[in-house]
Amino acid sequence: MYFGRVVGRVWSTVKNPHLVGQRFLVVQPLSPELENRGKRIICTDCIGAGTGELVYWVRGKEASFPFLPQEPPVDTTIVGIVDSVHLKSAPEAATPPPAEARRANARRPVRKA
Amino acid sequence: MILARVVGTVVATRKDPRLEGKKLLILKPVTPDGKDEVGYVVSVDTVGAGFRERVIAVAGSSARMAEGCKDTPVDNAIIGIVDDVQLD
Repeated sequence: MYFGRVVGRVWSTVKNPHLVGQRFLVVQPLSPELENRGKRIICTDCIGAGTGELVYWVRGKEASFPFLPQEPPVDTTIVGIVDSVHLKSAPEAATPPPAEARRANARRPVRKA
Repeated sequence: MILARVVGTVVATRKDPRLEGKKLLILKPVTPDGKDEVGYVVSVDTVGAGFRERVIAVAGSSARMAEGCKDTPVDNAIIGIVDDVQLD
C-alpha cells in the first residue's frame, strides 16, 4: 500500500461494464514524508475520497478485492483516507557517522594516483 | 491504471490462439495534463478505442479481468475511453 494525494478526476463513458458507477481519480503517489514521488496514476475509489485528500492505495490484483464478488479490471484502488502519519527518526543510514568514525576517516592516508 | 494515447496498431499473424480476434494497440503514456511520457506499451483493446484517443489502461493480472480476456496471456488492457480529465 502506498500514500497518495487526490489531485483530479477522470470521466469515461465507454468502459468495461464492471466499471459502470465507479469513480476514477487522478492520484499523485507520495513518499512516507509526503513528498511527490513518481508519475500520477488513475485509481478507482471504494471509500469516497475527494480532491486534495491524503489517501492510501493498493496496486495489483488486490485492487479489485474491495469490489468483490464483482471483479472489475482495475489495478490501483484507493482503500483508505489517511488521518495522520507518525514517522520515527530517520533511518540509520541517513544519519551522519559518529565523531570517532569521522576522525578515523580523516587520519586515513590519501592514496596517490 | 494509467492514462495513455493510442498511437498505432500491431498486426500479428502467428500468436497464441487465445489472442486471436483481439485488437492490439500501441499506447503512449501521457500525463493528466496531456504531455507525453517516455516509453510505450502494447495493449489489448476491449472497448473499441481508436487512433489518437485518450484511454485508461490497466496493467498486470488485472488486465485478464477485462472483457473477453479471461485466461488469456495478456498483461495490459484498455478498459475505458477518457472523455475528460479535471485537475484541481
